[in-house]
Amino acid sequence: MRMLSRSAGKASSMKTKTIKVDYLARVEGEGGLYVKVRDNQVVDVKLKIFEPPRFFEAFLRGRNFAEVPDITARICGICPIAYQMSAVHAIENAFGAKVDGQLRALRRLIYCGEWIESHTLHVYMLHAPDFLGYQDAIQMAKDHASVVQRGLQLKKAGNEIVTLLGGREIHPINVRVGGFYKVPARSELAVLAERLKWAREAALETVRWTASMPFPDFEQDYLFVALRHPNEYPFNEGRLVSNRGLDIGIEEYENNFTEEHVQHSNALHSVLKQHGPYFVGPMARYSLNFDRLSPLAQEAARNAGLTPVCRNPFKSIVVRSVEILYACDEALRIIAQYEPPERPAINVPVHAASGCSCTEAPRGILYHRYRVDEQGAILDAKIVPPTSQNQKVIEQDLSQFVPKFLTLPEEELGWRCEQAVRNYDPCISCATHFLKLEIDRG
Amino acid sequence: MSDVTQSAKVLVIGIGNAYRHDDAAGLMVARCLKEQTLSSGEVHEQAGEGTALMELWKGAERVVVVDAVQSGAVPGSIHHFNAGLHPLPAPIFRDSTHAFGLVEAIELSRALNQLPSNLVIYGIEGQNFDVGTGLSAAVLGAVNDLAERLRQEALGEKVG
Repeated sequence: MRMLSRSAGKASSMKTKTIKVDYLARVEGEGGLYVKVRDNQVVDVKLKIFEPPRFFEAFLRGRNFAEVPDITARICGICPIAYQMSAVHAIENAFGAKVDGQLRALRRLIYCGEWIESHTLHVYMLHAPDFLGYQDAIQMAKDHASVVQRGLQLKKAGNEIVTLLGGREIHPINVRVGGFYKVPARSELAVLAERLKWAREAALETVRWTASMPFPDFEQDYLFVALRHPNEYPFNEGRLVSNRGLDIGIEEYENNFTEEHVQHSNALHSVLKQHGPYFVGPMARYSLNFDRLSPLAQEAARNAGLTPVCRNPFKSIVVRSVEILYACDEALRIIAQYEPPERPAINVPVHAASGCSCTEAPRGILYHRYRVDEQGAILDAKIVPPTSQNQKVIEQDLSQFVPKFLTLPEEELGWRCEQAVRNYDPCISCATHFLKLEIDRG
Repeated sequence: MSDVTQSAKVLVIGIGNAYRHDDAAGLMVARCLKEQTLSSGEVHEQAGEGTALMELWKGAERVVVVDAVQSGAVPGSIHHFNAGLHPLPAPIFRDSTHAFGLVEAIELSRALNQLPSNLVIYGIEGQNFDVGTGLSAAVLGAVNDLAERLRQEALGEKVG
């Protein structure tokens, strides 16, 4: 259902044009983009999401809170840890429990694994072919086999972290409210460290490689939103901040952000009240937290030509690479300081309560809120994934981007639009949820 | 099943999403086989992410992948492909909601000369791919039939 089936309508005149792309290639899930052009002006852009939304929110009702990490891990095959992390922190916040020390560090470590996996998949297999002029990673591999092999091995380093700490690679089951079911021995992490040392070098190469790619001259004045922590690059904790003065606790999320239903999409569009569309994900995180990156990652970013704030979404491939490097570096730091905790989980006092959390999924902030009864059964759940938050910004990018390329042949214009969508690594299948792309020149 | 030789241990990979009804067909075949003690093979469940599949079958000689498909055939039909001979008919594989799924994993493995020498794909025709749990009756029957065939033939386990 994902294969690109692009039908480009013939231009009926120089003034009106229709481009239709039925299925977005190389994005997670099914999506459609519709762009309407009249008199060489883009008059409408619709990023379409067709997946029946909110299934999992309904599915969670009546389930015991302890089941939530395992169920939400199945929302997305690419970022199950993000769903687990937002879920356990929200429920722990509801019950007034605080996981800290080595258990907290292990949660950062497993998130490092997921960032490495998810970002590497996108950088090497999905996004790089756009910049190097290949239809896909398979064609790219025929000319750049060693580069593709490096990507596969780098991703594997992330997989191994998730497999060790998560209990298994897909749909990890070892994460629980209060901590983990089982924690690793130092010797097990030492094995990971050996591969991560190689991975850190490979990530450094990845930053250099992506920085050498050709980027369109396209900068926008985005409203960035990300977590910010007093002294860490954010994974599981922090306040929600923006580059225009937002600075709130997570409990204020729903007072500041709202979701709007739009006719062309089953996904709800998120906006920041009084401000409108906002940008989440690696570029927002990086631009709001450059000073929290490790010295190695900061240096690599500077050497790659990135400034501490990046506003060119096409350069998100370099920013993702910097985050891969940071995740390798941070994972090695955590492993070096690891002492097995006395217990794999803390006791969590169950009572009727509600709580929320926001963590930094690979694609951006992932908000969860749960209300539970006195037995710990879920009364209601709210999940706001990053892709639905980025949807309006993607549409705005296309409105600005498409006019620069209206003279291109239809097929190439469609490809350029897909590339612009891929800047966001949209995860349509998990977000809210399948999406489709289509363009129209009238 | 004739193209699965008996010379090496078989790696069986069941692919699917347990929350998309019949999309879970491959997973369910894997679970049927896991419930039995197998001396002649390994059984894995996967979500369908391509690079993970490549890592799993790297170096393996005999691989059987089971996945749900949607081709318009009668629900419960079992399709059979030899990946070593031909590319898969990509559009019928449901796991392709992954940007880099089974079809891409096979072709990238081929491009990198890492395709297992014997890679057989079974596609179970699904009926209902909506969100939700549980298999359609026809698909459930096909899952049981295919699991039994794989156990007897590909895995060479004794019956009874």
